[in-house]
Amino acid sequence: MTTTIAPVCFAIDGERVTQALQSVREKLDSGSGELILDFSAVHRIAPGALRALEALARVADENSFKIALRGVNVEIYKVLKLAQLAGRFSFLS
Amino acid sequence: MPENAAPLSEERIAYLEGLVSQARTAAAAFSQCTQEDVDRIVKPMVIAGLKQAQYLARLAVEETHIGVLEDKALKNMVATEFVYNYVKDKRTVGVIREYPERGLIELAEPIGVIFSLTPITNPTSTVLFKCIMAIKTRNAVIFSPHPSSWHCCSEAVRIMYETAVKHGAPEGVFTCLESHTLEDNAYLMHHKDVGLIDATGGPGAVKAAYSSGKPALGVGPGNTPVYLEKTADLDMAVVDIITSKTFDNGTICASEQTVVIDDEIYDRVLKKFADLGTHICNEKETAQLGRTVIDPATGFMQPMAVGQKAADIARFAGISVKPGTKLLIAPIKGVGREYPLSVEKLFPVLAVYRAKSADEALKVCVDVNRAGGLGHTAVVFSNNQEIIHRFGDVINAGRIIVNSPGSIGALGGVYNDMVPTFSFGCGTGGGNSTTDNINVYHYLNIKRMARRTPAHMWFRVPNQIYFNMNAVENLRNFPSRSTVIISNPPLEQIGHVDIVRRSLPPQTQVRVTIIPDAEPDIKIIAQGVEALNFYKADQIIALGGGSVIDAAKIMKLKYESPQADLEELAAPFLDIRKRVVQYPTEKVNHSRLIAISTTSGTGSEVTPFAVMTDKERGIKVTLADYSLTPDVAIVDPQFVMSMPKGLTVDTGIDCLTHALEAGVSIYASPYTDSNAVQAVRLVFKYLPEAYENPGDEEARTMMHNAACIAAIAFSNASVGVNHALAHSFGARFGVAHGRANALMLPHVIAYNAAVPTKFMPSPNQRAYVAHKKYAMMADLLGLGGHTVEEKVQKLIAATEQLLDRLGVPRSIAELGISKEDFERAMPELTKNAFDDPSWRSNPRMPLITELAELYWSAYRGRGTAKKEEPAVPKQQVKEELCV
Repeated sequence: MTTTIAPVCFAIDGERVTQALQSVREKLDSGSGELILDFSAVHRIAPGALRALEALARVADENSFKIALRGVNVEIYKVLKLAQLAGRFSFLS
Repeated sequence: MPENAAPLSEERIAYLEGLVSQARTAAAAFSQCTQEDVDRIVKPMVIAGLKQAQYLARLAVEETHIGVLEDKALKNMVATEFVYNYVKDKRTVGVIREYPERGLIELAEPIGVIFSLTPITNPTSTVLFKCIMAIKTRNAVIFSPHPSSWHCCSEAVRIMYETAVKHGAPEGVFTCLESHTLEDNAYLMHHKDVGLIDATGGPGAVKAAYSSGKPALGVGPGNTPVYLEKTADLDMAVVDIITSKTFDNGTICASEQTVVIDDEIYDRVLKKFADLGTHICNEKETAQLGRTVIDPATGFMQPMAVGQKAADIARFAGISVKPGTKLLIAPIKGVGREYPLSVEKLFPVLAVYRAKSADEALKVCVDVNRAGGLGHTAVVFSNNQEIIHRFGDVINAGRIIVNSPGSIGALGGVYNDMVPTFSFGCGTGGGNSTTDNINVYHYLNIKRMARRTPAHMWFRVPNQIYFNMNAVENLRNFPSRSTVIISNPPLEQIGHVDIVRRSLPPQTQVRVTIIPDAEPDIKIIAQGVEALNFYKADQIIALGGGSVIDAAKIMKLKYESPQADLEELAAPFLDIRKRVVQYPTEKVNHSRLIAISTTSGTGSEVTPFAVMTDKERGIKVTLADYSLTPDVAIVDPQFVMSMPKGLTVDTGIDCLTHALEAGVSIYASPYTDSNAVQAVRLVFKYLPEAYENPGDEEARTMMHNAACIAAIAFSNASVGVNHALAHSFGARFGVAHGRANALMLPHVIAYNAAVPTKFMPSPNQRAYVAHKKYAMMADLLGLGGHTVEEKVQKLIAATEQLLDRLGVPRSIAELGISKEDFERAMPELTKNAFDDPSWRSNPRMPLITELAELYWSAYRGRGTAKKEEPAVPKQQVKEELCV
């Protein structure tokens, strides 16, 4: 018998991206799983938020979490590429 | 890393990586900012820099012990206010420039992370300048100040950073190495995430930057020559030179180094310098000075002298000067190692040279320029425009400053309208990639969005075309003092020349020049030109087939423009509008060319082409230019009524080939299509009639018109691969042009209607349409068929039936050419066909192997053409004919 664990989904507040990502990071339990971050409301991303994303990716790696970003617009996607963070996440449309 | 560099510790690498990571993140975030965002940040930065100009100048002087506080404060203000004045309205985000008439848009893309070296001589001003440029262009910068100016630079970076972040710049946008070694610099210069190195500093730093393999902006050393010419405003020149050379104690690398003075004014000039607080060294003092401030081992200036006061330098050298002396002038007698003071001196010591002539003065300036100052800056004081231009020609400098101070002039924006900068590009002479004053555009990747712009098209025909039976009578409308008729023996014998002669106005002096009935060669052309000159012709009438009319075109060209070099004019070209060789427009004679065609094929009476033979070299020379087009064309069928059957077929098929090729040409337009299609229709209808009933006046008339109409089409749309194949084959095996075309024609239609292996680049075509245009022609001929493919097949079949009906051999083999001979000839055939310019307007770009396949297909004969993949199968033809 196999158990399917539904991925945990968080909507990221476009006005408070850094705080939202820090809050997600605090909620990550140890163990494996899948996390979806909904970026639909994010239209601009500050250096602090980029650092928070990087930290999140690091914690996810350590805990075998997989993180997918959903609803990332192409402008934010380019920023993630420039910051060399795009490769650390998968992307859902 | 440099080869001899010590390895960096893990901690140091982590520190440097942290700086890069921070800058990368900042640059990534910064890329989201709009033009309004960056402009909102830049303005308060500039104001902060202005407010702190004196403070930063004081820090710089205290730390470096170089330069003058007041001047450094001024430099800080120029670096902020003047630079802002230049950049404030410049677009540096998104679309930065548009050229609607060219369909071009330039878009800005930030570089990302810039690693920036700053110098000891202009420390804070350079930092302020670079910070403003970086923010304006959305880049992050890691600064590496010269170690002896670290404190003042890091303070300048701090002020700029805090102001920038306060107004919306991303955190981490500027960082400053806390301390550094050459190894740190090398590590960062080679770092994969550093996009650009901006090295303003000594030759070592610049060389390291360029050697890193990274894109770099490096500023070369200077050695500014000044020519003070006798017509100059001497008072202005002396004050300007003193102002410039003493500015910040001569630390700006664009400042004057050697002033070359005309003999006539030399003494007066030195007196003026002396009167304004300059000490003029005697020979002994000059030698003492040279030994003190120039390192004899390297030939370069001693660092301890850089940016020091004149009085202090005099003291070092043991020279006694008056209090308040602001500049030391050292007369020298040459340039080079024997004259140590002829090199760059970033302190208030100026060499002067007495020149006996302008030539000597310019030569010395060239020597100074090439003694370490290539590509940098040069100055000329003169009111003689010729001298100023000669100076500009012989001196290699990115900045040639006229009648103004070198250092402040080169900075831009104060004495002239050059771009304000604190970084001078020195071009290849200085080992740099640019001679520009470095500015915001050098901190951007400029993307050019180029919209498709269809090339301008044209439709050119003779001014007047007279057609139908007895059209020759229109000659009465062309008065002339002296008319020369050019024709050939058979036409004279059958009375055609007399018909023309009788049609001319009675008072016209008429002479007849008979040329052989063959492609003209250069001798025949020369004889014709001689006749035109002898008779002072103001009108030339060409009566004949293509050869006679072509000969007359070339005769007219040489008669009107004897200097025309036919070989040069025959140079190949790809696009007639961009051709290298231009036909002469200056004329010593003027004449009207009237062309009366006596065959119904070439259409030479309306074309801009002329072919002649160079018998000596055994080649054909094709001339093409619209100036060759006859002024008047007469298309009178009475001259073709007696054409033999063979000639009727060969010329008729040539005409059909012109029309079909013009129809699918990449230069086809609605203007040419209408002619091409009409000609195709006329040929299919009337050529068999003219062939089978040579006396049928209507058929002859319509075929004569068809030839002219097809020629109008191909004069403007050109021909295609069929002609290239036929030219090569006809020349190799002595087959008439029209017949050679006929043998290739069905195979070429099938070839062009198939999916091309290679498309021909063509901005005028929106899609591959050759097959659809063939299908449209099939429709107009009423051939039937439902799909494009079927219609193309019907057109091929109809063409084959036409050729059969006209008795054209079905294959090359039928001409009696053996397979072995043909195989042996194939390399030459394909080579010459590929060299032929005709195919360059073909819709499908032929590969050489495809040319060979077409030849073999024609060798095997009609009905054996390789069935190729149709371009668009099973498609109904609904599109417009014209594209």
